[in-house]
This record gives sequence, C-alpha cells and structure tokens, in this order.
Amino acid sequence: MAKVMEIEVNGRRCAVSYPPDTPLLYVLRDELGLTGTKYGCGEGQCGACTVLLGGAPRRSCQIPVSAAARKPITTIEGLEKEGKLHPVQQAFLDAGAFQCAYCTSGMVMSIVGLLQTNPNPKLEDIVQFLQGNVCRCGTHPRIIAAVQHAAKMIEEGAR
Amino acid sequence: MNTTKEKFIAEPERYEFSALPIHQFELQRRDFFKILGAGIAVFLVAKDALAAQETAPGSRSFHNEEPPKEITSWLHVGEDGTVTGFTGKAEMGQNIRTSISQTLADELRVPFEDVRLVMADTSLTPFDAGTFGSRTTPTMTPQFRRVAEAARNLLVGVAAKEWGVAPEGLIAADAKVTDPVSKRSLTYAELARGKTLAQNLPAEDPITPATEWKIAGKPLPKVDGRAFVTGSHNYTSDIRLKGMLYGKVLRPPSFGATLVSCDDSAAKAMSGVVVVRDGDFVGVAAPSAHEAQKALDAIRTQWKEVPQVSSKEIFSYVKNNAEPTSNERFRRQKGSVEEGLASAAERLDAIYNVAYIAHAPLEPRAAVAQFAEGKLTVWTGTQRPFANRDELASVFHMPESNVRVITPDTGAAYGGKHTSDAAVEAARLARAAGKPVKVVWTREEEFTWAYFRPAGVIEVNSGITEDGKLTAWEFHNYHSGSSGIETPYDVANQLTQYHQVPLVLRSGSYRGLAATANHFARETHMDALARLAKLDPLEFRLKNASDARLRAVLEAVTKSFAWPRKKTQVGQGFGLACGSEKGSYVAACAEVAVDRASGGVRVVHVVEAFECGAIVNPDGLRNQVVGAIIQGLGGALFEAMEFENGRIKNPHFATYRVPRFRDVPEIEAILLDRKDIPSAGAGETPIMAIAPAVGNALFDATGVRLNNLPLVPNGLRAV
Repeated sequence: MAKVMEIEVNGRRCAVSYPPDTPLLYVLRDELGLTGTKYGCGEGQCGACTVLLGGAPRRSCQIPVSAAARKPITTIEGLEKEGKLHPVQQAFLDAGAFQCAYCTSGMVMSIVGLLQTNPNPKLEDIVQFLQGNVCRCGTHPRIIAAVQHAAKMIEEGAR
Repeated sequence: MNTTKEKFIAEPERYEFSALPIHQFELQRRDFFKILGAGIAVFLVAKDALAAQETAPGSRSFHNEEPPKEITSWLHVGEDGTVTGFTGKAEMGQNIRTSISQTLADELRVPFEDVRLVMADTSLTPFDAGTFGSRTTPTMTPQFRRVAEAARNLLVGVAAKEWGVAPEGLIAADAKVTDPVSKRSLTYAELARGKTLAQNLPAEDPITPATEWKIAGKPLPKVDGRAFVTGSHNYTSDIRLKGMLYGKVLRPPSFGATLVSCDDSAAKAMSGVVVVRDGDFVGVAAPSAHEAQKALDAIRTQWKEVPQVSSKEIFSYVKNNAEPTSNERFRRQKGSVEEGLASAAERLDAIYNVAYIAHAPLEPRAAVAQFAEGKLTVWTGTQRPFANRDELASVFHMPESNVRVITPDTGAAYGGKHTSDAAVEAARLARAAGKPVKVVWTREEEFTWAYFRPAGVIEVNSGITEDGKLTAWEFHNYHSGSSGIETPYDVANQLTQYHQVPLVLRSGSYRGLAATANHFARETHMDALARLAKLDPLEFRLKNASDARLRAVLEAVTKSFAWPRKKTQVGQGFGLACGSEKGSYVAACAEVAVDRASGGVRVVHVVEAFECGAIVNPDGLRNQVVGAIIQGLGGALFEAMEFENGRIKNPHFATYRVPRFRDVPEIEAILLDRKDIPSAGAGETPIMAIAPAVGNALFDATGVRLNNLPLVPNGLRAV
C-alpha cells in the first residue's frame, strides 16, 4: 500500500506517496518529474539511472524509495549551480562525450561520485568504476577523456 | 487488432525496398506562414514529381499558391532572422541535427547558432521514408544546400529591389546582404520582415564545392549538447502529459503462442485500471507504472504454444530451409565459376555462421499516445515516423491526416526502431482509457519482442593462381541478407547469391545489416587465401584490388598500424580486413592478446581508416566511427541471442553481453577527407571490418581459424 514519505532531492524536501518498495527511479521520474535520470534496464546492469544517495553513486532502479528517505539525493538536475555546469558536465560537453546521450546522465552522476572519493583516478580506476555503465553507442574513449578533463578542472578550481 | 503476430514479417533488407511513395504534404502555404510567422520559405521538390506536374494538364505552376505535394525538404527564414530547416529525418545519436545545421548555415551564410532544425514530425516536416541505410548525409546535405542557396538568392533579390540595384553585385555573408559599392547592408531579419515569399525548386546537386565550405567540414560540437548533460532533453520515455496513464502489455510466454483463456477480473477490479483485450492483445493502463505492473501480474492466462527452432540448431535449420528456387533479384554472375575453379592452382572452400544479435539501444522502445478531438498524436522514438503514422492510421481506421507522429531526438536505434510496436500499443490503450498513455518497454521486452539482426550461413568456394590471383569466387548467403554481398576484389569468374529462408526469430534492419556478416565471411576467407598463397594479407589484397579508394584505406590503415608487425609477445596476433558499402570505404587493423592458459581474449589495439567522400563534421564522424568499432567488437567477440522453445534465454544485460569499458581497446580512427567526392553516409560501413580484422588477428595469434560470429563467446580454449 502507498505510504507517505519524505525524501530530500537536490536540496528540496518532497512528500511522496508510494508503496515503500517502489524503486526510487520511478518516484523521481514519474512523481517528481526529474526525468534526467533514465530507465535503461531496471536491473542495476546499465547505470543509466545512477543518482547520488548520501553523496555515493547508486542505481536508483535498485533502491526502494523507503531506503532513500534517510539520505539526501542528488540527480543530474541538481548538479548545475547558478547557471554554471558541474565540471563533469562541462567536461562531457568539451569532449563531445556522447552520441545518443541516453547514458549521459548516469555516466555523469557515476563520475561525480568517483571523483569525490578519488579525485585523480588512474585509467584503470576509471575503467573499473564505469564497468557497470553501458554506452551502447561506443563513446567510451571520450567518456574516459572527459573524466580526466573533469578531474583536472576540479583540481584547478580547488586551488 | 493483433499487435504481435501480424508483424512477424520478413524485412531482409528493408532499405532495398524503400522506393519513395508520393505523399500528401499537409501544410498549405498560408498555414505554414501562420505557424512560423512571415518570412522567406523555400521548398525542395522531388525532381521527377516536379517534371510530372509541369507536363500534366492543369498542373500547378512553379510559383503557385500551394507548395507541391512532393516536397523533400524546406527552409524558413523568419522575421527575427531565425533560420528553420525542416526534415523528416530523425536524430538518434548519429549527430545529423548538427551536421545538417552546419550545411544550412554554410550555404545560407549565417552563423551556425542561428539555425534550428525541425525533425521527424509528420505534421510539420516533409515526408521521409525513414532514417536508415546511411542515407541522410548523401540525400539531405545536397537538398538543404539547394534550398539554402535559393533562400539566399531570394534575400539578395529583396535587398536589390529595396536599393534599386542589380542583385549580381551584392554579397551575402554573416546573415546580411551588403552592397560593396554603397557599403549599405541589411540583415536577413530586416529583409524577411513583413514578407511572405515562397519558392519551389527542383532537387539538384550541391552548389558550393566542399573545398569552399566554411561551416560545414568543421568539427562543431553537438547541437543542444547542454540539454543532454543537464538531463533536460525530453526523450520519448521522459514525456509526461496531464492525466497520462502508464501502459503495460501482456506478452506471450513464447514466440508464436496464442491466447487460449484470459481471466482479467482481478485486474479490472483495481481502482483506476483499464484493461484492454483485443484478439491476442492484452494490455493495461494505470495511474502509475507500479499499479500497471500489479494489474498485469493479476491477469491469469493460458496459452497454446507451438514448437520453435532453438539457437543450438539454427545454422542447420537455415541451411536446410532455404527457398529452393533461386531468386534472380539476389543473384549476380560474371564469367564461369566452374572454369575459374578448374583453372585454379589452389582451392579453398569454407562455411561461415553468424548468430542472431540484438540492437539493445539504451532507450527502449517507447511511445506516448493521445486521442483528442478525433485526432491521434503519438510521440515515439522511431526511425520511420511517417511509416508509423501510416500504420497507426491503418490500425485505427483513421485518415492519415488525423494522425500525427512526433519523434523526439531518440536514445539510439542502430536499425532497431523501424517498427511501430510501442506506438500502436500506447495508442490502443489510450483509445480505451480515454486518456493519454505512455508505454515504455522493459529491457526484457526489448531483448525479446523487438526484432533481431538475422542469423545466417555463408558458403564460399574460391580458387587462386599459383601467384595469388583470384580465379573464382562463389559466395552464398543464406538468410542474413544481401547488403555488402558483392566482392570489391577483381575476379573474372564470380557468383554471389542471397538465399531467403523463412524467419525463425522476428528479424529486421540493423546497423550495416548483412554487410557485417558478408564482410566477415569474405575477409576471413581472403585472409585464409593469403595464407594459402603464402602472401602477406595486405599484399594479397592489393594484388587483387584495383579500386583506388579501397587501396587508399588499406594503405592508410596499414601505414599507421606499421603493418606487417613482428610479434613481441606470446599470444599476440595481428589482423587486417577491409571493405566497401553504401559509397564509403573502410579498412581496419587489429591487435589481439590471447592468454593460452585461460583462453582469455583481449583486443588490444584497433586502427581503422574510413573514407566517405567530403566530411561534413569530422568530430561527429569520428564519434560514429569509433562507436561503430566498439559496437562491432560486441558482435565480433561475444554477442549472440540464445533461444530455446520460443523463449529468449538471455534477455538481460547481465546475460547478453555488450561491450563495456574493459572491452575497449586503444583505438585510432583515420578519416580520409575526399573533398572531390560527394559526402556519403557513415552510420554503417565503419562497423563492417572489425569482426574479420579481429578474427584474422586471432588466427595470427593461435593458428586457429574461427569461422563463426561471435568468435569467442566463451573465450578461446588453450590451443
């Protein structure tokens, strides 16, 4: 049965009414209209639905909304600050790291999570970390270049 | 209605049958100026259609009140200077929104940023058969050059009239017309203001040669890139309408199963749930996706299943069920294969098998349908919006003019989104519910109920002279298709034939379609022949190829790869392959590493040279070429549909392996820009050389010749 819960998304608290085992993905997309988070498989196998939960990248199709109620959630819509793109978003633009771009949101969110814990990842770290994200168009080399470019931008911005 | 059964039709080479029908262009001239505002508009009319009109009694004249019905593309310059191009083509990641905009900006002489494109909307854009077969660049680029040139001339004409001077001396550049004598200038916006000028013109070749392009030919970034990195772009599956319900369709347990009984009473009893039963179609719509799923789960059904071929026996099935009569349409013969084989010093015969694979676009099939005031509007990610519209009109017995299909920029297709499955399903549910309905296929549905790239068996019989010249080439493709079936090599005696086979799995178009299978067989076979002739694979190919463009890509790729390379490690191997299809040329070199103990195979390095005439956007092209290499690696190494008893056994990303980051080798793409050759498409050909290049490298590494795709679904056992 539907239950009213409060979740915090992109700094805003929202009351939602859903069965507690509903995957967070559907609440974000269908209830809150945050459609930047994509459905790709619903099985945690493609990474298109990745969001940050308490700062860590998670597959929102695998997280019951009830489990998401305790931690702040960031979606792709929450990255841009005062009209300025997050360095990872900017790096994707600069590298042209997309084709159909359906995987882009999930890639960006995963990489934001990666760079938070590993600000200067080696190639092997990036490959390992993104192994669960599918890009069917085959844009992988540019996505890797975007991660390295973003890491540099973040480092320079932090100085 | 029967949504599943009726569409199990053969589509062996869809784009081979794409003769353009003549279609109604819905907008009247006064209507589009009403919609777009005043300004200047130019329409491109199919050449034959125009000729027919001009000679037909009572035909419309060139500058008539209405645009002719056979418009293929059109352009509008608004009162604010905004340039809008209209095309029925769809953007699915191949980046044509950007490349067409570049072409328009280039020819109209306006900044790139001033151009926008309206694409793939059956009510706003001209008819288009579909976005497939690498046809967008070779057709749309010259067409839009024509309309842009005509619009530019109209604007110059308006300025000349305004100033009372001859148009010949005026210069159009940077979105304005300038008189170099008086130094006066007027912007396009000023010139378009208050005008409703329209012109029709016939389709002809492009005007400005590629050597003089200023905006086209440049590596400009993807239009609207920002909308994609911020998540604000609305794909079909992101669309939400007021009062919209979420739809789900009940699938049979196996292919070919028919419904015997259905108890939907529990589902019908659920609040807000609409259940539709129509023949074998059973679907539900509910206020949320989880309620729809719950309702679907509550429906009790019994099905009658029928025996089905399994993937284990597919190749013998294909070979044994070929249509007995030879179809002349798919047969090409030159000289005598018998004589060629008889005169050969060496003969080599081999059989190659290619598995069914899935497109697996990351955005599954999706549609949002809305009936309002007797009209049906459907948003759906499809390569063929007009065909979808026609099918919806036919299914719901509505005139085409009351059906509108809109295709938002889509989360990829690769040939997999020709059909209207999701559109028909959403519309059927929407009609019953009296509310808009969205249907988004699950990944499992996508892997099961979409269509596949057909499996195939290819037989090659061949002969060579003592010094390595081809004397005979006999090539039979069973079932997978005829794309890229003809050899680009010089052989006096040859026979190629495609043999149709009744469908096992629902099959259809795919990026490159059978050209991938045919190139795999041909280029693997050429590699084996080179070994037989004791020649280097490059030398053997060059000896048998006179096509200068083919030789150019071979020479470019081998130079960069430093072919022939000496092995420096155990398990290392190098392979080469090349080919040509749809007016473009490709050659690839691959380096592999085989771990003999574990059988593990890694593609370490790929260099690919590609030539498609004059390059419109080298950045977008590079993305397509590298993407094709990586996607091609999946089909080359491990992708295959497994099925048994009419059920797909690997309908998930966990079990159907697609290339991931770890599978990606170091890649170098060499783009040969031939400004003297009209631009060809680039979506498909770059995928064709990768599988044989990798297979040949695996032979070089191990001495084991692999004749099946995928090559190593479970790795190579120690050899």
